[in-house]
Amino acid sequence: MGIPSRGAPLARRLAARIAEFSGVRVPTGTLDVTLYRDDLRRGPTRPLEATALPDGGVDDRLVVLVDDVLFSGRTVRAALDALRDHGRPRAVQLAVLVDRGHRELPIRADYVGKNVPTSRSEDVSVLLEEFDDRDGVVLR
Amino acid sequence: MKHLLSTDGLDPATAVAILDTADNLKRTLLGREVRKLPTLRGRTVVTMFYENSTRTRVSFEIAGKWMSADVINVSASGSSVGKGESLRDTALTLAAAGADCVIVRHPASGAAHRLADWLAEAGTSVVNAGDGMHEHPTQALLDAATLRERLGTLEGRRIAIVGDVLHSRVARSNVHLLHALGADVVLVAPPTLLPAGVRTWPVSVSHELDAELPAVDAVMLLRVQAERMTSGSGGGGGNFFPSAREYSIAYGLNDNRLRLMPEHAVVLHPGPMLRGMEIASAVADSPRAAITDQVRNGVHVRMAVLYHLLAHEEETA
Repeated sequence: MGIPSRGAPLARRLAARIAEFSGVRVPTGTLDVTLYRDDLRRGPTRPLEATALPDGGVDDRLVVLVDDVLFSGRTVRAALDALRDHGRPRAVQLAVLVDRGHRELPIRADYVGKNVPTSRSEDVSVLLEEFDDRDGVVLR
Repeated sequence: MKHLLSTDGLDPATAVAILDTADNLKRTLLGREVRKLPTLRGRTVVTMFYENSTRTRVSFEIAGKWMSADVINVSASGSSVGKGESLRDTALTLAAAGADCVIVRHPASGAAHRLADWLAEAGTSVVNAGDGMHEHPTQALLDAATLRERLGTLEGRRIAIVGDVLHSRVARSNVHLLHALGADVVLVAPPTLLPAGVRTWPVSVSHELDAELPAVDAVMLLRVQAERMTSGSGGGGGNFFPSAREYSIAYGLNDNRLRLMPEHAVVLHPGPMLRGMEIASAVADSPRAAITDQVRNGVHVRMAVLYHLLAHEEETA
């Protein structure tokens, strides 16, 4: 299940690759975590994004959460809370394209595209064709 | 957004953002066993109702609770209002006791605006849940949400608002919001039930319901507000129309009139309905009527309003 916005297309791409390489079709979905964030009162109103459970729901299944960048871990914390309100998965794993460190919570990814050591002041942006007309990771 | 006091002057982008949030909330909660979101945990919402209400008060209370806010209901009877406390003092008391948001319904037009001024220092948000004959913005938003759901878009759609426009805050709020969202509004009422300034509104006006029905995408019926028709005697309509029966013959939506409307056209009513007066029972219960959808959407729209008022950094407005 992809976490919007950029986790959603990443989840679909991963599912497509798994189907291509192993022939296994993995259902996908999206999980918006905005309503579960702990920082809503630290910025302007955040628009909500779509939540779409995979066909058959999440009960008793292995759910892999997918996001673009793993940083403080707070988004993943919100995602775990959101997921709990949708059902009781057998297990939950985490896949991220970039792990840039600086965790503020005891959270780690099960699958990492690339570990990128960064300083806190740097900004890591993942660009995806679906949003940005090209794929890439930009470090500023 | 700090307050929601009227749809007059509400920027269309904000209105659309609220409607989109409501739509997302509705889909997020669909089919869920636990219809509770933690978003407004620890925030306190007080409803202050100085007029009778079932659906609006309950809808706000459910909306607040589904967002995990603590919701406290104050009604005029059973509170210090009955001892003669002014609206201002009651509001300041509630703010001092820790209310983050006050939702107010009051028989005086402009009450919510006054309240917002008084509570500016305390930083409390105010939602207008109906002030006299002025506005009822969340009703207009839930009507727009229902129309968007049924018609896809409001852009270029023709909406007839029928009945007691004069006394209707629902009509005023809808006129402004529907106009802002690009709809084409026609008010249909006897001349006695139209306000004096109606010519300055962004609407067209008609006195002939049958002539309008073939071209509408939606008909929004208004309740005949007998409680606000204090002048005159008998007949049910004061001096505004001869009798309930005559009103119903000229402006009531019955089966025959429903057949004049296009196949896709929707019937709305803000409730409470007077069956047999402005709407025939068969019409109210037909699948063309979106009246229960309005109530259902009302909860999501009010959740969205609370989200847009309370789930962001402090702003000074």
